[in-house]
Amino acid sequence: MKYRWAILAAALLSQGGFAAAPMAIALRDAHVVTVSGPDLPKATVLLRDGLIQDVGPNISIPADAWVIDGTGFTVYPGFINGLSTWGIPAQESERGGPSGTGQRAAEPRVSGPEDRPETNSFERAADLVNPSDKRLEAGRAAGFTTSATFPSGGIFEGLGAMVDLAGERGRDMVIAQPIGQGIAFRVRSGGMGRSFPSSLMGNIAYIRQLFLDLDQYKEAKQIYNAHPGGNRRPEYDHDLEGLAESPRVLLPADEAQQIDRTLNFGHELKVPSVIYGAHEAYRRVEAVKQANVPVLVSLKWPQKPNEGDPHEIPDYRELQIREQAPAVPAMLAKAGVKFGFYSDGVDSAEDLKKALKKAIDAGLSRADAIRALSLNVAEIYGVSDRLGSIEKGKIANLVIIKGEVFDAKSTVEYVFIDGKQFRPERGK
Amino acid sequence: MGRKFSLACLLAITAGYCAAETILIRNATVLTVTKGALQNGSVLVENGKIAAIGKNVSAPADATVVDATGKYLMPGIIDCHSHTAIEGGVNEGTISDSSMVNIKDVIDPYDINIYRALAGGLTVSNVLHGSANAIGGQTVVIKLRWGNTAKEMLFEGAKPGIKFALGENPKRQGYPAQSFFSQGPAVERRFPGTRMGVEQVIRESFTEAKNYQATWKEYNDKLARGEHPIPPKRDLRLEPLVEVLEGKRYVHAHCYRSDEILMLMRVADEIRFKIRTFQHVLEGYKVAKEIAAHGAGASTFSDWWGYKIEAYDATPYNAAIMTRKGVVVSLNSDSDELQRHLNLEAAKTMRYGGLSETEALAMVTINPAKQLGIDDKVGSIEVGKSADMVLFDRHPLDNFSKPLKVWIDGHEYFDRDKDLETRPEFQRKKKALEEKLKAEERSGAAKQGSEESAPGPTPKRAGAPRLRQEGIQ
Repeated sequence: MKYRWAILAAALLSQGGFAAAPMAIALRDAHVVTVSGPDLPKATVLLRDGLIQDVGPNISIPADAWVIDGTGFTVYPGFINGLSTWGIPAQESERGGPSGTGQRAAEPRVSGPEDRPETNSFERAADLVNPSDKRLEAGRAAGFTTSATFPSGGIFEGLGAMVDLAGERGRDMVIAQPIGQGIAFRVRSGGMGRSFPSSLMGNIAYIRQLFLDLDQYKEAKQIYNAHPGGNRRPEYDHDLEGLAESPRVLLPADEAQQIDRTLNFGHELKVPSVIYGAHEAYRRVEAVKQANVPVLVSLKWPQKPNEGDPHEIPDYRELQIREQAPAVPAMLAKAGVKFGFYSDGVDSAEDLKKALKKAIDAGLSRADAIRALSLNVAEIYGVSDRLGSIEKGKIANLVIIKGEVFDAKSTVEYVFIDGKQFRPERGK
Repeated sequence: MGRKFSLACLLAITAGYCAAETILIRNATVLTVTKGALQNGSVLVENGKIAAIGKNVSAPADATVVDATGKYLMPGIIDCHSHTAIEGGVNEGTISDSSMVNIKDVIDPYDINIYRALAGGLTVSNVLHGSANAIGGQTVVIKLRWGNTAKEMLFEGAKPGIKFALGENPKRQGYPAQSFFSQGPAVERRFPGTRMGVEQVIRESFTEAKNYQATWKEYNDKLARGEHPIPPKRDLRLEPLVEVLEGKRYVHAHCYRSDEILMLMRVADEIRFKIRTFQHVLEGYKVAKEIAAHGAGASTFSDWWGYKIEAYDATPYNAAIMTRKGVVVSLNSDSDELQRHLNLEAAKTMRYGGLSETEALAMVTINPAKQLGIDDKVGSIEVGKSADMVLFDRHPLDNFSKPLKVWIDGHEYFDRDKDLETRPEFQRKKKALEEKLKAEERSGAAKQGSEESAPGPTPKRAGAPRLRQEGIQ
């Protein structure tokens, strides 16, 4: 046992920012934002074996605990990225072909849904994550400890996992899986691409067909198991097995009509759905609320394109989207819609902080922002029993900030992931 | 009853297209299309329907009165062939039979072309899949209820359709052909490459559809006998074709050459389904009797041809000749631009073929309504029909006429004066927003130092919908 700890300590120390994990850690006299309960202006958080052992103003600190003086620090639940490929290094995430390009000339042409185009429904983020991904460190430096990580590529992108942004090996990172099926629409050459499907309606028809196939697959298996004699056995179907495991689907929608479409489509598929994107959701707050569908808001706020014709006059709606998108989180919060944030390719600590600041400047309260970065995401993915707030028994994923989060001068002092302490390097 | 009505109406108002307003359009020349023209006539609109037409129509005190002295009222214009308001591709051109895709899934109610078409008096569009394949996608009829959601634009009760295509477009194999001179790898082509092949695709798909029908029948028979059969797979490609066989879905067939028009009718007779409309049908004048005998309609252009080989043997008399031979003929746009002045397209049939005013107007009103099976609801000014109407400043067949107001279901969706009035204010608002965003960008850049740290470029929008293409990152 001792030997193992030594190796672990060595391994941990060999990586920058790691510290050996003691049995217990007590964060004393800090301002604790529990999210699930009241704020505690001066309290102690006690961590042991990767879990939050206790939290409160009057906790006796055990003798074996490392003590950190939390004076001047604020403790929050570790932030959760609502949707990303964090943890899946680039080469792993590129299977299924580069997205949106149609450069798949070497692959055989797809002539219909029966060929199961761009279907990676069985791909598992849990099998792909790896602590070597450089983005983990950047995420931690912005206060993130956790990500809803999905494989990328294809129309059915695969099964996501809730992962820690640190670990010795990939498998240590996985908190829960599968947490959903990522779906993307791949429109190529305006519908005149090489392989089916290449139009938006083709994508929709294909997704619809695969879910119908799944219904039939389940029914066929059930009937066959009850009456094996006289029926041909249903064929084992890898794609549908992956789809069957998905507790929810993530559907993309940025603009208002796309949100309408996605709400209708999710309803039709009879699977719980989550919308991601949502930059024009300010036109559909009521509809989203009525549908009771959670939303993941992209932190890649729409901007004037860096390239393109400088003389081109954008239409009024485009300008409105640029103006209003950062106000979407505040509007969703006000309406009581469950929402989280996701990085959407914004991967540096500085950019993540800036992007979050924009939502706050546009009217989102700090409390709502913190909730959207923690408990909301845990609830959206059904893991709020173990993540998302500072409560006794939950996983010890925390962020400790000198000052208060979202303040210009605040800094991330530590993050704790599974009770292990990380110190972000300065200047990152 | 009254209360029930008002509740329903309240819900409809929130949906945006309720037409509880009572309107009296007074003293217009009413071009009813089906019942002649009425000088100094009035039309009363109640609950979105035409309630009364006549010289002396009394209206309740709270009615909105539109003085139309010297103006012309006609039914809302109907376009039997449109590709407006489609998001993410008009074709699923990758395969020779794409009947599983549905235009209904991808209507973009924010497409500005809807409003521009309204400004030209258009109220109903048959929105079709493109012509890249022998059997194309499912089609949908919409009312141009600008400002509403896609779902709210659907024409309630209009039978769905499916697009077929013959000739050059489908045999071009759904892929931009490699130029003879261009370098690079040869592009793999898909079937079919000939007109024979197009016919074969249609035959094969219907053969499959019939087998599919039989498979389900067999399954249901087994169930009825108390057996425990495994259900067949549902096939979204074959289901719409089964609906065609069962008469539940219209076939709108893109075509040019007379030999192909005859071919498709032979195939349809043999397989036992009906062609509802031939679209474009530039050589229809050669086989008009046969088209009439099949019971198909023809939806053609007024005077547009010669843009490809199969579109050369054409004449502007086409619409008139087919009409005289007993075919129900409409003039369509197939274009976001042409759909804004279909009334003028109709006028050309008087110059070429000597059709009467009423016959000409019918080309863009009651005839397309008949072709779409919605002539009991729209297409003419008759008591009981939907109040889909256009008020023109001059006779709509006059080159200089302009639509002044457009109603759909008695709701005003376009008003020329209001449009012109609000333009300066709109421009001011847009300018202000542009300035604000520019200022934010400048201050942001100053504060944050480098452009590099800003999020990457957003895909260009340029008026078209911006689809989230990147997937998960």
